[in-house]
Amino acid sequence: MKKLSARRRHPLAAVVVLLLALAATGGLYAAFAPADKAQAEETSQSLAIEEGKQLYTVGCASCHGTGGEGTTDGPSLVGVGSAAVDCQVGTGRMPAQQPGAQVPKKKNIYSQAEIDQLAAYVASLGAGPITPTEEQYSPKGADVANGGDLFRTNCAQCHNFTGKGGALTEGKYAPTLVGVSPKHLYEAMQTGPQNMPSFPDGIMGEKEKQDVIAYIETMNDPKKAANPAGFTLGGLGPVTEGLFAWVFGLGALIAAAVWVAAHTAKAKKS
Amino acid sequence: MSTATDTKRAERNAPAGERVADWADGRLGIYTLAKANMRKIFPDHWSFMLGEICLYSFIIIILTGVYLTLFFTPSMNEIVYHGPYVPLQGVRMSEAFASTMEISFEVRGGLLIRQIHHWAALIFIAAMMVHMMRVFFTGAFRKPREVNWLFGFLLLVLGMFTGFTGYSLPDDLLSGTGVRFTQGAILSVPIVGTYISMFLFGGEFPGHDFVGRFYSIHILLLPGIMLALLVGHLILVVYHKHTQYAGPGRTEKNVVGMPLLPVYMAKAGGFFFLVFGIITVVAAIATLNPIWSIGPYRVDQVSTGAQPDWYMGFAEGLIRVMPGWEINAWGHTLALGVFIPLLIFPLVLGAIAVYPFIESWVTGDKREHHILDRPRNAPTRTGFGVAWLTAYFIMLIGGGNDIVATHFNLSINAITWFVRIFFFAGPVLAFIITKRICLGLQRRDREKVLHGRESGIIKRLPHGEFIEVHEPLSQGDLFTLTSHEQYEPIEVGPTVDENGVERKVSLVKKTQAKLSQGFYGEGNQIPKPTAEEYKEITSGHGHH
Repeated sequence: MKKLSARRRHPLAAVVVLLLALAATGGLYAAFAPADKAQAEETSQSLAIEEGKQLYTVGCASCHGTGGEGTTDGPSLVGVGSAAVDCQVGTGRMPAQQPGAQVPKKKNIYSQAEIDQLAAYVASLGAGPITPTEEQYSPKGADVANGGDLFRTNCAQCHNFTGKGGALTEGKYAPTLVGVSPKHLYEAMQTGPQNMPSFPDGIMGEKEKQDVIAYIETMNDPKKAANPAGFTLGGLGPVTEGLFAWVFGLGALIAAAVWVAAHTAKAKKS
Repeated sequence: MSTATDTKRAERNAPAGERVADWADGRLGIYTLAKANMRKIFPDHWSFMLGEICLYSFIIIILTGVYLTLFFTPSMNEIVYHGPYVPLQGVRMSEAFASTMEISFEVRGGLLIRQIHHWAALIFIAAMMVHMMRVFFTGAFRKPREVNWLFGFLLLVLGMFTGFTGYSLPDDLLSGTGVRFTQGAILSVPIVGTYISMFLFGGEFPGHDFVGRFYSIHILLLPGIMLALLVGHLILVVYHKHTQYAGPGRTEKNVVGMPLLPVYMAKAGGFFFLVFGIITVVAAIATLNPIWSIGPYRVDQVSTGAQPDWYMGFAEGLIRVMPGWEINAWGHTLALGVFIPLLIFPLVLGAIAVYPFIESWVTGDKREHHILDRPRNAPTRTGFGVAWLTAYFIMLIGGGNDIVATHFNLSINAITWFVRIFFFAGPVLAFIITKRICLGLQRRDREKVLHGRESGIIKRLPHGEFIEVHEPLSQGDLFTLTSHEQYEPIEVGPTVDENGVERKVSLVKKTQAKLSQGFYGEGNQIPKPTAEEYKEITSGHGHH
């Protein structure tokens, strides 16, 4: 205490006290200040659209047009909805790096806040599927077996039995679903990104979508999918299995044959 | 009297094993059998053990297959699954699928045995293929072994269909798609296709019969025929005696190697356990046909990446790359897009089977051959074999075109066109290239015989010239490199006889002579060095 009181006349004492007081009042205000909810949302919404438009102009307008009307390089975004933006930008597919048969997944460089702003802007162009809430896409408590049945009926043609992906024509492909978040899976079904057909609620309801997501998670989540039979060899079916049989199965057997043949019996010295 | 008691006592004092053997000999005649066969000689070479891999994996398949039959229900009755595998609980499936699930998740050791059975099958057919190619490239199919060659070929084909009927039994979505594929191929046969399909499936596809029928075919009919062929194959191997590679002391009249007992008994017995062990390890570490991920078969479901097991991949490729041609006339459809592949499939397989007969006709050689050829010394045969393998491999790429497309970032259409073109162009290229390589190797052998092996030692002569010292080959190596036989091409002879009258030469004879020129004519084999050439070069003029 003595130390403190000895410095109370220090030239900088006033500055320190002032800083402490400011920090205290600022902190208290932040903690207790009543936020005007409705007003804040209203302004944040229009603010988000405003911010989103800026982001759009930088990242998207060159292909989709300055007002989202589409050009020869990219389709119109009027009416695609926020879910489509969240899915395509969230997985890094958009903005596209280069034109091609299909725009591949890559590292996403936008923060979720920025994606939401972009989505808000695109949603403002015309009504479309809305980004789902966690309650909608969460596979918790869903029926995995029903999801499997739905998956094999609707998805396996392109994505393989358990979602490992597959080829389409002319270099297009159905990507692997391993490691895709439930939200993006839901949005993909809802909006049908790129070459995928869409499965709106009228065709596949919210509950069914959850079942499908639960099935994909169960089959591909390394923690959940404890495969009882060893390495899955990519889960790609007989092509990789055949390759494994030739290279490692027969390969090892031929190596063993070479070894056995190399160790011949020696004639007895008599 | 006393001698009789002595013998009796001696018998009583003999070791137990000997007494058992005596007992058996009196009833089965094992001593004569053993005497004739115990000293049977087998030559030592790893490539002669490829057939053993086939034999042992076949035995493993039978053993594990018997275990699986104890638990498998070959029925297509529909039930609802209530087993321990959660993602399928409540799903409708056939009893066949459900019992395969039971084998995989509830029967003790069931999953391992199932995987050993299936992995062994994949390896069995792969080993048969390699074994067949060994026999092919070394010319082991020549007289007197043509019949055994056909036995082996039949075993390969039957093995393929046993495999197909086997992997179709679980009635899962993948194999069901394969059965549907087969049914489509049957339907494409003009006139009788529909009837055969209705007969085979007991009505419209899929019906309720095919699993039960495939079961009988898979566990009884085909393995029974295979077992009989296998026994015949082995009896002929013993009867013909084993072939051997050329070398000093080896002739067409002897076999140089080790006796069956004790050496080969120990080696072959040990090798059986090695094969069993390796297949078990493979089955224990790698998943094969995970029907729980694939799901039960339903006609309204299908997945991408639906290939057959590798040995049917060739057929899959043919269908995948064939343009979808069809002819519609008089209210009937001829589905050429399926029917043509159905015809090409046996033609390509058959091509390798009949080759030995073509070769023996071209050479006109009726003698027995027990000394094997080195592939390079039969360039046309080797070229043909590589060409056949090329066509086969190209079609495998066609069969897996979607996996190739996704994993090499290629367009599936580009792959399909590549396969369409190279199914025809690939074998031709492979034939030409292989033949050139063989001739090059023959030239190298000739060089080696005449000038010795390059030693890598550079010597400077007194007048400043640098030469590389060549070391002469040993007598044994010289023999090995020059012991092969070279055929003279068949000549048609003069086209007119001594009176100037045109001589009639049948077209068959002309073709034979043409082919013979192609096999053995100028530029199609390098004349091996003669003893005179060798003497002249090595008689002290110096090498260069």
